[in-house]
Amino acid sequence: MAPHAPPEEMLVDYAAGNLAEPLALLVATHASLNRESRREVQLLESVGGAMLETLPPAEMSDGALDSVLAQMDDTDAGGDGDGASSSMVGEAAPPSGGSAPTQVQNDGVPAPLRPYVGSDLHALPWRERGGSVAEYRFLDGRNGYRTRLMRIRAGCKVPSHTHRGCEYTLVIEGGFSDTQGDYFPGDVAVADADVTHQPVAWPDRDCICLTVLDAPVRMTGPMGRILNLFVDF
Amino acid sequence: MDRTGAEPTTSFADLLEAVAQRRDKQAFAALFSHFAPRVKAYLRRMGADDSLAEELAQDCLLTVWRRAHLFDRRQAGVSTWIFTIARNKRVDALRRERWPNVDPDDPSSLTDKSANADSVIEAAQREGRLREAVETLPQEQATLLRMAYFDEKSHSAIAAELELPLGTVKSRLRLALGRLKTCLEDIR
Ligand SMILES: [Zn+2]
Ligand SMILES: [Zn+2]
Repeated sequence: MAPHAPPEEMLVDYAAGNLAEPLALLVATHASLNRESRREVQLLESVGGAMLETLPPAEMSDGALDSVLAQMDDTDAGGDGDGASSSMVGEAAPPSGGSAPTQVQNDGVPAPLRPYVGSDLHALPWRERGGSVAEYRFLDGRNGYRTRLMRIRAGCKVPSHTHRGCEYTLVIEGGFSDTQGDYFPGDVAVADADVTHQPVAWPDRDCICLTVLDAPVRMTGPMGRILNLFVDF
Repeated sequence: MDRTGAEPTTSFADLLEAVAQRRDKQAFAALFSHFAPRVKAYLRRMGADDSLAEELAQDCLLTVWRRAHLFDRRQAGVSTWIFTIARNKRVDALRRERWPNVDPDDPSSLTDKSANADSVIEAAQREGRLREAVETLPQEQATLLRMAYFDEKSHSAIAAELELPLGTVKSRLRLALGRLKTCLEDIR
């Protein structure tokens, strides 16, 4: 496992399709940036493929194949946007060795994140959260998760805080340090109620992170709600 | 242990390439007859009723037809590729959520070619090997994997259902995965 990767069971849950969308997004984005986790996910997806082979086949209806064959002809234009790609389904790079990567001029928003936030993070309607921190929320309230991009000004600190549920922070741009270590793009920090920390963005540039706060239903009563406002970063 | 050679794993990749390159419907029919019933079984197991599972399985195989050109035999075996398509359809249809996919060669990361180079030939072989390994896992480990992959069970849900401590579930799962990885190591 990469040092700042999500726990392995989360990668298993990703491969099996058992994560809620916010966490699936975090894992997919992380794995797109981190080769080791990408290979781990590919392996875990292969386990899924092997498992599929062990299932006793279910009987298809009569004419199932014909019905599919019939649909081919009218829709054979390709590119149906079926969302069926996976970590293994991308357009393969030509197997030529040594050619320079051609897609480098991309602005660097990882592909899985782009459908949610576009390809220019700096153009987003950031909301100042006071001091040096701004946020852009999306997928709001999905399954009790809180999903957002956080931007910490270069060299600035996030107020010291602890967490109600589990907080997953994936560095997209720049980087930060806290008591647990230094985090580079692609790195994931996991912090829960046992962790109090004060992330500090590196001095050279703003740090942009994808943060998913996993605080499902444990918000008990109005007091919890109020506390939560202060607790989350 | 060399059942893999007899298994049709390699020829699945050939069939899929015939679909991609020649739009070969006979090749497709062969893929359909193997995979559609398994995908349907997967969807039934994930909670779809018979007619929905049937519809989604057909849809999944239609996607195989349409996206055959995206299949890269160096990266994945056919079963794996189809599993990911079925998984995504399942999330989309049964949970009404989008499934964010990993970008296999994201520009902001180093190019993965060198990493793939050593696994070029082996994807199908790897898949065959994995299947054997999965079939020979100790019962308790196989059960956990099935629950994770086919019952949409988080680790804590598995722990609750089996009345095991969460730590035990996690370590058994790690054990299972470690075993599977060991089986792959000698073909790296
Ligand atoms: Zn935690
Ligand atoms: Zn925090």
